[in-house]
Parts: sequence; C-alpha cells; structure tokens
Amino acid sequence: MKMATSSERSPPPFPEDLEPEPDEVGDQDSDDGEDIFLGADNPLEIKMDPSLPANDITTKPLSEASSAPVMDILSEPASEASSAPMEDILSEPASANLEVTSAPMVDLLMEPASEASSAPMVDIFMEPASEASSAPMVDLLMEPASEASSAPMVDLLMEPASEASSAPMVDLLMEPASEASSAPMVDLLMEPASDDLKEPPKPDIIDPLADIINDTPLSEVKTPVVAMAQEPPSDLFNDEPSDLFAEPRPSNTAKQPQTSIFEEPDEDLFSEPLGEALKKPQNVFKEAFAPVAKASNVCGPLSDNYNEDPTDIFTEEAITTVPSAVNTISVNSKTNGVHSDEEEPDIFAEATVELSLDSPRNDRKKKEAAKPSVSAPAPLVAASASNPQPKTLEELEEEVEDKFELNISITNPEKVGDGMNAYMAYKVSTQTTLPMFRSKTFTVRRRFSDFLGLYEKLSDKHALNGYIVPPPPEKSIMGMTKVKVGKEDNSSAEFVERRRAALERYLQRVVFHPSLLQDPDVREFLERDDMPRAHNTQALSGAGFLKMINRATDSLSKMTIKMNESDVWFEEKLQEVEAEDQQLRKLHIMVDSLVGHRKELSVNTGGFAKSVAMLGNSEDNTALSRALSQLAEVEDKMEQLHQEQAASDSFCFAELLADYIRLLGSVRASFDQRMKAWQRWQDAQNMLQKKRETEAKLLWANKPDKLQQAKDEITEWEAKVTQYERDFDRVSATVRKEVLRFEKEKARDFKKQIVKYLESLLQSQQQLIKYWEAFLPEAKAIA
Amino acid sequence: MMEEAREGSLSVSVQTIRVTEAVRDGDALTFVVISQKLSGSGEYHVARTHEDFEWLQQCLFSQEVVPGILGVIFPPLPAKPQLNAPTKVLKQLGFLAMGEDWRTYCRALETYLQQVAAHTMLSKNKCLENFLTSSEPPGRQRVRKGIFNRLSQAMDGMRREGHKDVDDFFQTERDNNLTLTGCSKSATERFIDVVLTEQKLAVACGHFSTSLHLCVEQEEDSTVLAFSKICVKLSEVIDSIKRNFESVAENNLSTMGLGLDLESRYQEAEKEMLYRRTCKLVELETASRNAERAKPVKKAAMDELKVAAEKEFDHVSGVAKQEIARFHSARVELLRQALILWCEKQLETARDTSTRYSQHLQAFKELGE
Repeated sequence: MKMATSSERSPPPFPEDLEPEPDEVGDQDSDDGEDIFLGADNPLEIKMDPSLPANDITTKPLSEASSAPVMDILSEPASEASSAPMEDILSEPASANLEVTSAPMVDLLMEPASEASSAPMVDIFMEPASEASSAPMVDLLMEPASEASSAPMVDLLMEPASEASSAPMVDLLMEPASEASSAPMVDLLMEPASDDLKEPPKPDIIDPLADIINDTPLSEVKTPVVAMAQEPPSDLFNDEPSDLFAEPRPSNTAKQPQTSIFEEPDEDLFSEPLGEALKKPQNVFKEAFAPVAKASNVCGPLSDNYNEDPTDIFTEEAITTVPSAVNTISVNSKTNGVHSDEEEPDIFAEATVELSLDSPRNDRKKKEAAKPSVSAPAPLVAASASNPQPKTLEELEEEVEDKFELNISITNPEKVGDGMNAYMAYKVSTQTTLPMFRSKTFTVRRRFSDFLGLYEKLSDKHALNGYIVPPPPEKSIMGMTKVKVGKEDNSSAEFVERRRAALERYLQRVVFHPSLLQDPDVREFLERDDMPRAHNTQALSGAGFLKMINRATDSLSKMTIKMNESDVWFEEKLQEVEAEDQQLRKLHIMVDSLVGHRKELSVNTGGFAKSVAMLGNSEDNTALSRALSQLAEVEDKMEQLHQEQAASDSFCFAELLADYIRLLGSVRASFDQRMKAWQRWQDAQNMLQKKRETEAKLLWANKPDKLQQAKDEITEWEAKVTQYERDFDRVSATVRKEVLRFEKEKARDFKKQIVKYLESLLQSQQQLIKYWEAFLPEAKAIA
Repeated sequence: MMEEAREGSLSVSVQTIRVTEAVRDGDALTFVVISQKLSGSGEYHVARTHEDFEWLQQCLFSQEVVPGILGVIFPPLPAKPQLNAPTKVLKQLGFLAMGEDWRTYCRALETYLQQVAAHTMLSKNKCLENFLTSSEPPGRQRVRKGIFNRLSQAMDGMRREGHKDVDDFFQTERDNNLTLTGCSKSATERFIDVVLTEQKLAVACGHFSTSLHLCVEQEEDSTVLAFSKICVKLSEVIDSIKRNFESVAENNLSTMGLGLDLESRYQEAEKEMLYRRTCKLVELETASRNAERAKPVKKAAMDELKVAAEKEFDHVSGVAKQEIARFHSARVELLRQALILWCEKQLETARDTSTRYSQHLQAFKELGE
C-alpha cells in the first residue's frame, strides 16, 4: 500500500519532506502568528504544539520512515480538496506561488513592516523551491489547482455566510467525492478544479493497495491539474494586468519570480496538458480560472501576514486588500461572464454589488490597486475570506471618518394608535453621499420592534463569524406602558427621549461598522418605505435580552475552563473585557447615584427658592424683600440648571455606560463564538481520532467491506477538521480585529461624550456666573 | 443676684472677640475665647464650655435690677452641641452641626458674644466681663435653674400666645414675627437640604473619580492606553466637579447658611421677648381686674400691685420698642452682609470652576485619538 502510494505520487522523493513544511507554515501563520517569524528557521518544532492533533499526519512523515508518510500526505490533500481549506493548501503551493505574490506585495506596500513579514516567508519558501527539483515542482503546482477550487469554496463559505454558503459548499464537497474519474476537466472552472484535486488523493486512500488502478487515474488527473495550476499564474500575469489595468509593473514584478521558479514546469506542463485535457475549457480557464487561482495565492499570504501580527501589519494589509477588493469588480464582471456555473454568478454578483459600492471611494487607491489587481479575482476569495474583508472595510471606515458620508438621525417620536396597541414610531433620516444608497437624503418611519428586528437579522448573520453586532436598547414594558396609557407627564417624555437617543446611537453604531453597513438588511432598514413587520422580537425584551447575554457569559466561562487557549492575546483580552464589564457596571451605579443626587439638588433648590420667596413676601423691609424675591428667582433658575445638568449627566454618562455594558455583552458573545468554533474543531478532531481507530481496528480485523466506509468517514472528518480549524482561525481573526476596532471606537466615543459633557458643564457654570453677577447688585442695594 | 456691678463697662474690645476653636475634651467641647484688652495691648485667652455660655445667658436673663430687662431681645445662644449624638439631635442644630471641627458652631458662638458685648444694656453686666476675662470658669450652679425657667415658660406659653394685645404696634409685630419665624425656619431647613445634597454630590463625585482610576490599565497597547488616558482625565474632571461642590457647599454654609440660621434664631429670640411682654400684659390685666373687683379692705394693696405691674409693663414695652427697632435694622444688615458675602463667594467659586472646566475641555480636545 505504501509502496503504491509513493509510486503514484510519482515526483517526490523530496516532496514528502517538502509538503509538510509549507503546510506547517500555513498552520503556524494562522495559529500562532508571532512564532512563525521568530522561529521561522525552525518551523517544524513550533508547528507541533499549536496544531498538534490536526497535523498528526503531517508531523508523522517527518519523524517516521519515509514510506509511511506517503500515505499520510496523500490523505491530506484529500481532506484539503474535499473541505476546501484555505491556508493549508494555500501555503503549500505558496512555496512556489507565494514567492511570486509576496514579491509584488512588497513592492506594492513599500512598507517596512510588510516587507519584514514577507521576508521570512520568502525564506521559507525559498527552501522548498530550491530543494525541489523539477519533479517536486509538479507536485507543488498541483496544489494551486486545489487552491483554485478552495478559493471559490471559501468564498462561498464566508461571503454569503448563512444563505448561499451551504448549498454550493456541499455541492463542491460532494461532487468530487462522488465523482472518481478524471473526466470533470471538461466541466467548469471551479468544479473541475476541485474534482481533479479530489481525485488523485482519493484513489490513494480508497485503494491504496491497488497500485495499478490508482496509477492511471492519478497520472491522468495530475496532468490536467498541473496544467491548470500552471496556467493560472502565467495567464494571470500575462493577461490580466495588461487587460484590465494596463499597468506593466505588477506584471513585471510578479512575472519575474514566477518564471524563475517555474521555469521548467511552466513550459513543459503548460502546453502538454492543455492540449490533452483542457481543450475545451482552455479559454475559459484563461480568464476565469487563472484569476481565481491567483486569487487564492494572494489571499493566502495576506491572511498569513495578517494573522502573524495583526496589530502591526494591519494597516498595511488593509491597503493592499482594499484595492484588490475594489478592483475585483471589474475583473469580477468578466469572470462572471465567463462562468457558466450556476451558483457562482449569483454569489459573485452579490459580491460585486457590495464591493462596487466602495469602489468610487477608492479612486485614489487605483494606482496601488492596479498592482494588486493582478490578483484582482482574488477578492472573490479574499474578500470572503473574512480576514481581508474586514481589513478592506477598516480602510473604508477610516475614510468614512474623514469624509463623514453617512449621517443618521432619529427624530419625531410619534405615538401611533391608541391603547395597548399603540406604539411609538420614529423618523429615521439618512443623509449620505455614499453611492450605495439610492438618494442623498431619505426618511423612513420605523417602530421600536423594527430596530430589534434589524438587530436580530444582523446578529444571525454576523455574530456567528465573530463580529461584534451593536445591540439595541432593551425593551421596557414599564416605560412603554406609561406612554401607551398616554400620560403626558415628565417621566414618559423623558423615557421617549431617552429611547430615541438610544436608538439613534444604536443605528449610528451599526452604520459605522464597516461590515454591517454593507449588509443589505441595513440598507433596507434605512431606505425601504414599507418595511415588513419584524416578528419574534419579544424574545429580546428587556430582561430576556439580559438573560441571553448572561447565559452567553455563563457558557463562556464554562468553556473557558475547558479551552486550552493557544493564544494569550485572547485570554488576556477576555479577562480585560470581563474586568471592564465589572468596572463599567460599577461606574454606571455611581453615575446613577450622581444623577439621583443632582435631581435631589434640583428639587431642594426648588424648595429653597419657594421658601425664600415666602420669606421675601413676609418681609417688611422693601429692599430686603425685593432682594429675597430676586434671590428666589435666581434659585429657580438654578433649579432648572441643576435639572439640565442631571439630564446631561444621565445622557452623557449613564447612557453611554449602559450602551457599553450592552456592547461588552456583544464583545463577550463574540469571544463565545470563537470558543464555540474551537469547540467544534476539537470535537471534530476527536471524532476523526475515533474514526481512525475504527479504521485501524477494521484493518486489523481484515474486514475490507467496512473498511471502505471507514475510510470514507475518515476523509469526511478530515475535511471537517480542516474546515473547522479554518473556521476557528477565521473567527479568531475576526474577533481580534473586532475587539481592536471596538476599543478604538470606545475611546473615541468616550472622548466625544466627555467633550460634550464638559461643554455642557462649562456652559451651565457660565450661566451660573451670570445669575450671581446679576444678583450681586440687588444684595448690595439692601439698605 | 450675685456680684452684679451694673455700672462696670467692658474692658475688652467688642470687635476683637473671637471663638477660635473647639477643643474636644472627652465628651465635651471646650471653646477658646480670645479678646483684646481695651487698655493697651494684650489678649485674654479663656477656655469655656457650653455650660459656661449657658451660665452667662442665665445671668443676662436674671438681671432683675434693670428695669424692663424682659423687653430685651437676648442674642440667641446656640443650642448645646453634642458629640456622638444621634443624627436626629444633630439635625436640630442644623447648620451649626455642619462644617469641620465645629467651626461653624464657633462662628455662631462668636457672633453671640459679640452681640451680647455690643448690647447697651447687656454689656454692663459683670458676668460678661467675668466670662471674657476670668481665667477661672464662672460658677455653673445656676444653669439648672435657667433651664427650668425656660421650661416653665414654655408650659403655659400655649395659653398666652394668642392673647390679644392692647397695642397695635405690638400686635402687628407679633403677627409678623410669627410668620417670619416660620418662614426663616423653613428657609433654613430647605437650605440645609441643599447643602446636604451638595455634600452628598461631592462625595459621590469623589467615589466616581476614584472608580475611574480603577479603569486605568497598565498596558502598552495604544488603544487601551488612550482609553486609560481618557479615564484619568475624566477622573480629574469629576474631581473638579467634586471640589466645586465642596466649595459651593462650604460657601453656602459659611455665609448664607449661618446668616439664615442666625436670622431664624433671632426671630425666635424676638418671639420669646414678645412672649415675655405678653406675659407681663396678662399680669397687668389680671392685676387691674383684681383691683377693680377688690374689697375695699384690699383695694389699696391691689392698686399698689396694679401700679407696679403697670410700671413694669411700661418699662418692658419701652425697652421692647427700642429693641425691636434695633433688631429690625440689625437683621436687615445681617442678611445683607450674608447675601453679599454669599454672592461674592459663589461668584468666585463659579469663576474658578469655570476656568478649570475650560482647561479640562481644552485638554480633552487636545487629547489624541
């Protein structure tokens, strides 16, 4: 069996050594970013701990005899192909392609940070490259194909998130699994890629003993794959840049490393398989597949970089990804045209729409963009791969700040209806220069449950991926009942105003969030006149909402114990967040008592004013009487002042703190999501382990009929493990970025509020001075 | 009574009488009273307890030799300060129990002594001289009697308060006094509430400011650092608010609060004086009735009594009229001073605070992201 597999994997004496290595790189990049640079020269050791269970397979070959690993390695691609993983596969080919991509990247960025980050990478990849002879090359090149397939898949997974993702994914996953032959090539760009990829490993695993059977499909399959893999890079660098952007530089820079590395395989394999297997799809491939393949390449290093050191490289990354995302559109349209696939166009179309909204804004980035645009198709993948996308949006966010393109206000709370069916409707006015909206200003009427509905929709879609979705204010049955009953007293007016302000802040937070702003539901909420009534918002009412958060926190703390945290950052952050939650709650109580005292002071001042007025009335001395009456007026005004100050305290601080206590709940929920992703990954690993054991038992018991099934299951679970691990990495990255963004927002928010508060404080103090100044002559006039 | 020397005038300068501090001695407070000698330089330093003050007040009350002494509006002596007293008792003291180290109370005592010493009729009393200058504390045995006297007065007070006056002037004054007493009392109470709330606010701000300091995290992370900076700055702001409240409350206490308190106690004192006069009026009316109905045998004696009562009542009324006039102008001046001082102090505080706020605001605006 082992013999067989090794022969199938015709090229490699080295590749076995080679493959695990890049693979590690990929793993480490995502898992353990910092380490990789520090210990880039020693990646093997490092890799062991973070992804130990996941990469049993890969580590094994290293330690064990050479014959054993062959099978292992072969099984790995299988999982890759079926589960459409990103980083693993991506980094593997990266040994060849990464160099290509990283080089232009450095050019593009011109940033020391990214340069630094890409440098070690180049090192690492150099190694395999040099080690690898022309033979291993074929191997390496084969992987791009898998990238290609994984790219769209990832795309599907991430982008449409809940809606579209599952269907195509399953399709892609299933199809290759069921189709065994090498025929699919004729099919579509995406599918064939995955199909082909799938095939070679699959035979390996399924029939490791049947040498001859495997041999044939493998070689068959391999050739087209190689062809595909080969083609994209060259295609990409030759065609795309010149076509779309007429920018010579990227193509040059990119081309150079490319050719240097690929020299031999390039020419050889290129023409050969094309003629054989790709006759029909050839033209299609050139335009559509190539970009995709390239895309995944780009995406790979990018996400790697990002994971390695998000805080530092962050911004630089953003710059590179933004343009690529932006420019996708043009490329996308092309790709879409070429695609005959059913799902693809839909998904891409969506992506195109969304991304195109940003494009005008990024005009000034065009120049830079032109270069990444070499990888333009990537964004299909890259944008969806969660890492790049937020980055892109982060960049956009900066611009939003600069240009202030979206201004939302909620006004005119209005009671609609009577009795217990009455509700408050709010006018939501939007002013914007963003082209994603139909017009520059528009107004809709929304009721409270609509806001809750919006939150639910956003939460369903984004919370799962680790996004911090701003929570709306809680339902208040007490407050609303008062309003419903129709008492036009102070407290119900205050309640309405408080809620109005809270809703306004909530909505502003939503649109300020770069990813959420892109959500069609947000747009619908802001624009659409006849909003369908939100249902089931009851669950979110007041106490229920808090309970939900608490529950999330509970399960979170429970999981914390179980989770063997691989990243100190998260551990520390979570602790910080929890400590902060406590502190904010404490502060909130204090501000509440402060507000209470202020109100008390206002009431007491009012009482004093009244008794001074009475004293003045019963005073015989006219001057004194007059002065006392004046004093009473002054005190009356001060009462007003204190009341305003109490309101200001309450609005500036109490509400702000309440908002952030709620937001911290969401932050914790995002940590929770990450934990869940981790849990799922671990569970899958355990399951895989079990399946392996079963297989071993069956092997031992010599039951070939069941063995096949066991092997199928292993393949399936291996795929799941890779998938879940990737999910976890992705969620982790998102959470990390979201938390950083949250902190930034928080600092900005607090500062803004405090400045506002100080202004009001100063103003009322100056008012006070005026009052006293006016009173002083009155006092002096008493004779 | 005792060694009363009516003609003896005070040997200290009235303006210089000070009650500088309250020294805590076990459960009692001892007040240090300082006054400058009129003759040449030098100061009298004496230590007096509240009982000594009460003895002095009693001496002043019981100068029976002075005609019309009952018509005097005696400067009101602040009620006895009690250490470790329950809050309810402290509340009766009002403003005087507030402020640190009984400083407000000392000010009240000081005002009392100055008023007594400045009073033309009372300052001649030897007891005052004794009180201010003698290093030995004066006798304290009379205190009990004094308290008893006032209690018995209060007993039948209810009956005689509503007695119709023969003199319209006094009737109006009594009516006015009644309303003013009520008004000034309630104003004082309201004002106490205001000050108390301000103090509570100061404390609350203090807590808030401290808690904000706890939000500061020692970290290199720039975002976290920025937030920590904001917290520290905000803590400073809240601290400024706290200090503002503290000084506003202190201003209220030391100027308007004290003024209102004195006003309210003086109104009480006037009320008491008016009451004493009313008592005399009742006595006189009883005497005249008795004289009319008296059998011829007793007629002469009754007439004599009536004449004596008439004379005493006239004395009291005469003194009372002077006192009322003096009191009216004094209290207006007193309130005027309090109001002006109050206004000025509050203005000063408000301006200071305003400057501080704008500095904070500036600092915040300059604070980087």
